Amino acid sequence: MSKIKVVHYINQFFGGIGGEEKADFEPVVKEEVIGPGLAFKQNFKDEAEIVATVICGDTYFNENLEEAKAKVLEMVKEYNPDLFIAGPAFNAGRYGVACGTIATAVQDELGIPSLTGMYVENPGADMFKKNVYMVSTKNSAAGMRGAVKSMSQLALKLAKGEEIGTPDEEGYIARGVRKNIFEDKRGSARAVDMLIKKLKGEDFVTEFPMPDFDRVEPGKAIADITKAKIAIVTSGGIVPKGNPDHIESSSASKYGKYDIDGLDDLTSETHETAHGGHDPVYANEDPDRVIPVDILREMEKNGEIGSLHRYFYSTTGNGTAVASAKQYAADIAKELVEDGVDAVILTST
Amino acid sequence: MVKEIEKTGLPVVHICTVVPISLTVGANRIVPAIAIPHPLGNPSLNNEEEKALRRGIIDKAIKALTTEVDGQTVFED
Repeated sequence: MSKIKVVHYINQFFGGIGGEEKADFEPVVKEEVIGPGLAFKQNFKDEAEIVATVICGDTYFNENLEEAKAKVLEMVKEYNPDLFIAGPAFNAGRYGVACGTIATAVQDELGIPSLTGMYVENPGADMFKKNVYMVSTKNSAAGMRGAVKSMSQLALKLAKGEEIGTPDEEGYIARGVRKNIFEDKRGSARAVDMLIKKLKGEDFVTEFPMPDFDRVEPGKAIADITKAKIAIVTSGGIVPKGNPDHIESSSASKYGKYDIDGLDDLTSETHETAHGGHDPVYANEDPDRVIPVDILREMEKNGEIGSLHRYFYSTTGNGTAVASAKQYAADIAKELVEDGVDAVILTST
Repeated sequence: MVKEIEKTGLPVVHICTVVPISLTVGANRIVPAIAIPHPLGNPSLNNEEEKALRRGIIDKAIKALTTEVDGQTVFED
């Protein structure tokens, strides 16, 4: 049998094009094995070969979803591969969204078996896990070896049309697909076994996990905005110049609360961004591009809003664990309520 | 973060560039932004034009905060 032909998708960073300053890089295709592709090559042995690698900037892809998708699809189509692999993206949010989008598109629109891999908290995971096989990886590229190993195994099975096992067996993120299987013990016996384990305080595995909807009721609309106190919260990492609290550029371990009393405009003299997940140049030049203090201050003066809350809250949303973000926001929310804030503008980069 | 704050009952408007992420995460009031590294600005415009652009986004955000919604809503214009 001839080798399985693979096209591989990676971002500008893994493609060796550059870092954040190159994140708006438009897609190119190279007939080479690049970056993580080399590790795939080792794992594939003689069974498969990467015939082309598509490289695209993460910001470009996310800001131009439809256009980027169409361009990359065109490139993949050209090679008519037997298999398409995107990533792995680990916990890089824009990269994960790009991988999920393009793997789904190649699978659905070109009918080519596709897979990707990322960390379970990557926003791309929730968006696409139901559409495409997605290997669960660690949250950083330190997990490359394991990620590529699992992805290679699953990829070859997909390309050969072999039966795919359960998420636990194959290492992919559950897609929410139910399959009928035969068990040795009947349901009532299994349920009683589970109950006994539960009563004894032992671990047990449910056969039907309850879906996690995790939605929140929208807050009531503001009746009179000219009397409302509005607060700014951001995951865009805007901090006073010098980053006094040393908020980390990624995987933030804290948030900051900063006084903007008497400030009409944020400038490159007063504030900057701590965010390491995108090119910081524009936010550093004018931090109002991330938190619009200038406009809100004008509206406050004109009586168009009641007031701008004296403090803004900031953290970097870059690779920060969902559990941490939740905790920060819970603390922030408590203070906002105590301070009589009526509404919140939350900006993200 | 949006959800955790909104749990208290405060209305929150999320201004962000990649709207599909905001929808997946579960924001209820969403206003699309300009670009990832400069959500409320555009460095290729002059000062006045850029402020007008930012003002436009804030106007949408205010509209979102003053509009009752019963589920996820993207305020395009």
